[in-house]
Amino acid sequence: MAEQHTTMLSLRGLTRRFGGLTAVDAIDLDLARGELISIIGPNGAGKTTLFNLVTGLDRPDAGIVRFEGQDITGFSPERLAAAGIARTFQLGRVFGNLSVMDNVLIGAHTRLRAVKPAVPLIGPLLELGLALLRPASVKAEEERLREEVKVILARFGERLLPRIDQPAYSLSYANRRRVEIARALALKPRLLLLDEPTAGMNPTETAEMQGLVAELKAEGLTILLIEHKLEMVMRLSDRVIVMDEGKKIAEGPGEAVRKDPKVIEAYLGHGLTKEQESAA
Amino acid sequence: MSSWLDYTINGLIVGNVYALVAVGLALIFGVSRLINFAQGSIYLVGAYIGWVAVVQLHTPLPVTIIVVAVASALVGLIIERFGLRPLQNSVRIAPLLATIGISFVLDQLVMLTVSPNPRALPSQLPDIRFQIGGGTIGPLDLLIAGVGLASALLLFVFLRYSKLGWAVRATAQDRDAAMQMGVDVNRVNQAVFGIAAALGGVSGLLVGMYYNQIDTAMSLQATLKGVVAEVVGGAGNVPGAVIGSLLLGLVESYGVAVFGTSYRNLFAFLLLVVVLVLRPNGLFASARQAPPEPLTGTFIAPSRPVRIPRWALLVAAGLFAVLPFFPVSFYVLQTLINAWLLGMLALSLTLVAGTIGQVSLGHAALLAIGAYTSALLSLTFSAPVGLAIIGGGLMSAALGTALISPSFRLRGHYVSIATLAIGEIVSLVILNWESVTRGPIGISGIPPLSLFGYELISPISIYWFSFIVMVVLALLQGRLLGSHLGRSFRAIRDDDVAARAYGLSLNRYKSLAFIFGGFAAGVSGGIAAHLYSYINHETFNTQQSILALTVVILGGLGNVVGAILGAVALVGLPEVFRIAAEYRILIYGIVLLLLVRFRPQGLLGTI
Repeated sequence: MAEQHTTMLSLRGLTRRFGGLTAVDAIDLDLARGELISIIGPNGAGKTTLFNLVTGLDRPDAGIVRFEGQDITGFSPERLAAAGIARTFQLGRVFGNLSVMDNVLIGAHTRLRAVKPAVPLIGPLLELGLALLRPASVKAEEERLREEVKVILARFGERLLPRIDQPAYSLSYANRRRVEIARALALKPRLLLLDEPTAGMNPTETAEMQGLVAELKAEGLTILLIEHKLEMVMRLSDRVIVMDEGKKIAEGPGEAVRKDPKVIEAYLGHGLTKEQESAA
Repeated sequence: MSSWLDYTINGLIVGNVYALVAVGLALIFGVSRLINFAQGSIYLVGAYIGWVAVVQLHTPLPVTIIVVAVASALVGLIIERFGLRPLQNSVRIAPLLATIGISFVLDQLVMLTVSPNPRALPSQLPDIRFQIGGGTIGPLDLLIAGVGLASALLLFVFLRYSKLGWAVRATAQDRDAAMQMGVDVNRVNQAVFGIAAALGGVSGLLVGMYYNQIDTAMSLQATLKGVVAEVVGGAGNVPGAVIGSLLLGLVESYGVAVFGTSYRNLFAFLLLVVVLVLRPNGLFASARQAPPEPLTGTFIAPSRPVRIPRWALLVAAGLFAVLPFFPVSFYVLQTLINAWLLGMLALSLTLVAGTIGQVSLGHAALLAIGAYTSALLSLTFSAPVGLAIIGGGLMSAALGTALISPSFRLRGHYVSIATLAIGEIVSLVILNWESVTRGPIGISGIPPLSLFGYELISPISIYWFSFIVMVVLALLQGRLLGSHLGRSFRAIRDDDVAARAYGLSLNRYKSLAFIFGGFAAGVSGGIAAHLYSYINHETFNTQQSILALTVVILGGLGNVVGAILGAVALVGLPEVFRIAAEYRILIYGIVLLLLVRFRPQGLLGTI
C-alpha cells in the first residue's frame, strides 16, 4: 500500500445537508503529498461547505475525513490547526483591529511554545503567568516569530511590508487577502486550503497571486484550491475536481475536465447565475 | 390540591403579562436583530401613565387602556426615531448600548417627575372571586387573559392580512431582500416599535393593577422577564415568545409555591441560563441549526487609539501620587478613592468587554463575590484584611469564570443577556443563602482596611492604598495586552471563527480573560467591603454594571488608560459640577447615548 503513505488528505462519502438541500453529496477525494488539486464549479456547488467540513468549522452528516491516515472527522478547528491544516476564507476574515504583523502572528499561534506548558488543568494558568512574567525564552521566541513574519511578508514584495503596523481594516481588499495567505503560511501548514485567493483582484494582482501559489507548490506544499479563474486553475493544478449541486461531476487533468460534456452543461446551465453572483 | 390550581392560574396570568412584553421584544428582534433593553422602561411609563389616568383623571377602564396604549406607542416611536434610527449604519453593538442608555434615561425621568416611592394603582374592576374547581379567579385575571388573547389575535391579523404586516414579516425574514423589493424598512421599524411599546405599556398597567402597586424598580425586572421569555421561546419567534412567557409564568409560580417568594426570580434566570446553554436558539428551533449571529463581524468600531506618551502617563501618575501632600480637602480624596475603585472595575470590564469582546452586563456580580469573600474571610476566619482582599480577588476570578463558562459558546447579544442573568443569579443566591451570606440582613461590622497590622483609617492612607492597587492592576493588564495573549484576545473579539481556524481555543482564552478580569473586579469589591463596613445583596447592583460599561465605552473599549480616565471623569465631573445625586444616573444614561451616537470608539479609541 505505497499509496497510503503518500496520501495526505482523503475524503470518503462526505455529506452535509441543510434542511432539504444536500450541500455536499457523498464526495470522495484523495490528495497526495505535494499535490495541488483545484475544486471548481458554479457558485452554490458546495465548494466552501466542503472546506468547512475539512477544517472542522462544520460537521458532516456522513462520511469520513482522513488526514495522514488519521480519522479527523468532526475534530474541532483548533485541533486541526494544530495538526497543520491552514485555510483562507472566501470572503476574507482578517482581524480588522489587529495590525498586519499581529494578524500574521496569530497564524503562528499553534507553534508558540509559550502557549502550551504541557501541564493539565493549570496549563492555561501557566500560560497567563508566562505572558505576564515574560522570561527571556518567551521574549526570544516572540522575536524569532516576528522575524519570520517579515520573511513571509517579503513574499508579497512591497505590498504588505510597508504597512506592517497598520490595522488590517485600513488595507485594500487585495491586501487583506494577502494578509490571510500570509497568516496561513505562518502556521507552517502541511495542508493549505485556499478559498478563491484571487477573488476581487485585477489581472496584475491575479498573476502575482498565481506566481505565489506556483512558488508554494514548487516548495512542496500540499494545496487544495477553490478558484473561479480557469486559466489559473489549468496552469497550477495537478488534477481538477468539478462540483455541481454538491456532487462531484468530473475529476481529472485540467484539459480533460474542461472538455467533459457534463462540466460544460453544469457551467452553461448555471452560466447566468454565476455571472450575476461574481459581479455582485 | 386546590392551591395548585391557584398557582397554575396565577402562573398563566403572570405569563400572559410577560407575553405582552416578550411579544414586543420578539417583533423588534425579528426585524432589527436587536434586543430592546428599553422595553421594561416603556412598561414602567405605561404603568405611570395608567396611574395618572386612573387616580388623577378618573378615566373609565377602556379609556385607561387606550390612553396607555397610545401614549406608550408614542414613546416607542420617539425611541425608534431619535434613539435608534440614527444608528442604522453604525457598529452593531451601538443599538444595544443605546437601548440601555434610553432605559436609564426613561427610568430616571419617571423617578424624577413622580417619585421613587411606590404608588398604589387601584384596579377599576369589582373585587369579587369566582370559584372554579378548587381555585378562584377574579375579574382582573379575566381581563388580563382577555387583553392577552385579544392582542395576540390582533397581532396575528395584522401580520397575516395587512400590507404593513407582510412588510414586517418580509423584513424579519430577509432585511436586504425586503429593502430591494421596495419595503420601507423605516416604516416597518416604526410599526414594530409602536406595537411593541403599546403592548409593553398596557402590560405595565395590568401588572400595576394586579399587584395594586407600581414603583420605578419594575422596569429592569420587566425587561429581564421579557428577555427570558423571548429567548426561551426563540429570539424573534412571536408565537414562541407567548409560549415561553406562559412557561416562565408557570415555572415561577410553582417555584414560589415550593420554595417561597424570594426564589421567584432565581427560577426565571436559571431557566434562561439552562435554555441559553442547551438550546441557544430557543425551545422550538432545531438544535443543529446554526445559531443566529446578531452581533458578529464588525462588532467594535474600528479606530486608531490615541497614543499617550509614556512620560505623560508617568507625570499624571506622579501628580495623583503626591496629591495628598497638597492642601486638598478630604472630599476630593474621597471622590478620587471612589474613582480608583470604579477604575479597577472598569479595568476588568474593559478587558472582558473590550479586549475579548464579551459585553458583560452583570459585572457588579464580580464585585459582590469579591466583597462577600473578603468580608467573610476577615470576619469568620480573622484573616488579615490584605490577604482577605486577595482572597476576594481569587474567588471572584475562580467563581466568576466558572459561572460564566457555560455562556462561552454564545455570541453577541446573547453574551450580554447571559451575563445579566448570571449577575442577577449571584445577587439572588446571596439573598437566599442565609447560612453563609446572612441573607437580607447583610454583613455588618466588616473590619476596616489594614496592611501588615496597621489600620488604614485616614483618607490619605486609603487614597494611596487604592491608588497603588489600581496602578499595579493597570500595569499588569498593560503587560498582558502586550503579550501573545493580548493579541489572541483581540483576534477572538474581531473574528472568532477565523481565530478558531488558527488554533485559538475560545474556552481557554475567554476563561483567561475572565480570570484576570475577575481578579481585578474582586479586589475592587473586597476593598469596597472594608471601606463601607456594611454590605448586602443590593450593594453591588445592575446600575454599577452599567456605570462601569459607560466608563469603558467613554475611555475606549480595551483601553487601559481610557478605563481609568473614564472612571475619573464619570466620578469626578458630577462632583465638580455639584450635580445632585438623583440626577447622576440620568446623566450617565445621557452620556452613554451621546457616546454611542457621536463617538462610539470613546475618548482614547479601541485597542
